[in-house]
Amino acid sequence: MSGESTYTPGSGLTKWLDERLPILRLANDSFVDYPTPKNLNYWWTFGGILTFCLVTQIITGIILAMHYTPHVDFAFNSVEHIMRDVNYGWLIRYIHANGASMFFLAVYIHIFRGLYYGSYKAPREVLWILGVLIYILMMAAAFMGYVLPWGQMSLWGATVITNLFGAIPVVGESVATWLWGGYSVANPTLNRFFSLHYLIPFIIFGVVILHIWALHVPGNNNPVGISVQSKKDTLPFHPYYTVKDGFALCLFMILFAYFIFFAPNVLGHADNYIPANPLVTPAHIVPEWYLLPFYAILRAVPDKLGGVLLMFGAIFVMFLLPWLDTSKIRSGRYRPLFRQFFILFVIDCLVLGYLGAQPAEGVYIVLARIGTVYYFAHFLIILPVLGIVEKPSNVPESISSSVLSSAPAE
Amino acid sequence: MSDVQETEQPNRRDFLYLATGAFAAVGAANVIWPLIDQMNPDASVKALASIEVDLGEVEIGQSLTVTWRGKPVFIRRRTASEITAAKQVIMQDLIDPEADSDRVQFDEWLIMVGICTHLGCVPLGQAGDFNGWFCPCHGSHYDTSGRIRKGPAPKNLEIPDYEFVSDSRIKIG
Repeated sequence: MSGESTYTPGSGLTKWLDERLPILRLANDSFVDYPTPKNLNYWWTFGGILTFCLVTQIITGIILAMHYTPHVDFAFNSVEHIMRDVNYGWLIRYIHANGASMFFLAVYIHIFRGLYYGSYKAPREVLWILGVLIYILMMAAAFMGYVLPWGQMSLWGATVITNLFGAIPVVGESVATWLWGGYSVANPTLNRFFSLHYLIPFIIFGVVILHIWALHVPGNNNPVGISVQSKKDTLPFHPYYTVKDGFALCLFMILFAYFIFFAPNVLGHADNYIPANPLVTPAHIVPEWYLLPFYAILRAVPDKLGGVLLMFGAIFVMFLLPWLDTSKIRSGRYRPLFRQFFILFVIDCLVLGYLGAQPAEGVYIVLARIGTVYYFAHFLIILPVLGIVEKPSNVPESISSSVLSSAPAE
Repeated sequence: MSDVQETEQPNRRDFLYLATGAFAAVGAANVIWPLIDQMNPDASVKALASIEVDLGEVEIGQSLTVTWRGKPVFIRRRTASEITAAKQVIMQDLIDPEADSDRVQFDEWLIMVGICTHLGCVPLGQAGDFNGWFCPCHGSHYDTSGRIRKGPAPKNLEIPDYEFVSDSRIKIG
């Protein structure tokens, strides 16, 4: 999509097609001859891994929908029916359920990669914003998917999350009633969540196409964070990066298979194998691991509306990141101070995740408040100030000189 | 007709342009409303909006939980000490000030929706720092009148519309 097309049709048929619908030219220029910085490391393989995750979720999801019944009286049993009766149903459901976790694992690595190497900075702001959008859609899809088995965690997770909208002043209660289709989470809610859960992955697929389009206009960022200057800085995507991505994907699939075959329920909650009961709340409601940091932020605030605003704010602040980071240097490799704050930020996110799984009392609340303040301080204070006060180390002249110099760049 | 004239005075074409746009906007809004409103509670959900409950078997110090509109409703026949505790509270100590007498029709019968006003969990009865209700989800404490005393919930437990149809029978909703 950037630069001249290098595609030459090999046969009469492809030449005929190329003059009518240049789809093979598009594929060639995007995924075969596409000039890619030659210094991409393994952190850059997660884009491909994420595409694999999305396709896996869509295929297994379509299959599960063939056997699932979205009704409060049948949903729980239809999931058990998938597990016990449907041929390979257990395998397909475990792939889908653990696939969600693997999807988030990969997207978190992908996001932190972008944070470290400054992949959100000009001219890649739109690319970054589309990525945050995909992340939000993923959370919506995962949340609604978790409701479908209609276990205790499904019902009460849905109750807690939909009640977040009740915190909106004036219209909150009407919005919650509208979302539920009743006066509590019940059959109409389950039914519409199923419909939306089926829809969202296809919206994600569409935004992913825009994400890749926005990537291919400026081209990939890379570990040194300086732009491609000449052909010497790049390699064709195929075979160099198809093979690198493929190898990383194989390793990722080993981890994926470990969870599916040896620990399929370790990332879930035992309470969700109890059918939903609107009269009994489980003693300890916890979301899935990938939402825990935001849950910790929600509970850290002793005010309903404030907690909800901060939780959504923690996600929306990422939209502003390209303008909050004032440093002209992209890669964290040449920003000695940023590097240390980046590590603190990663630790902060992990600690918030841990706290989100703990009961909301005593020292856990105090720690969650500290973690929340630090989370926002990183985006709103540390990043804007660092760009002004920090003295970057020497950035190499070009991608190829950074690769060829014998002294390590760091 | 020159550009200058057009900007000076609106002409027939401007009127047609605006009228067409307004017509299309109103039409679109009319079509969208059914698509949005279909998600609101339907007739079958609304039809179950009120229930009658027999209180004859509930002794002092006992509670009953019934389902109304898919939500639990707590019916508690309070003990004398619970009633005294609820009445002695100073209004300034309350997050959502409300007198106990405004929350009950008869001192003995406390009837309220058993949904935590924070994020909708069902609180546990006769628990928490105020010996009323305690929500295990995010740690909200309610007193013996169901008023929020401590924790993230913003409001007291909701009192539904109800009436005593006889001495031992109520109609909720």
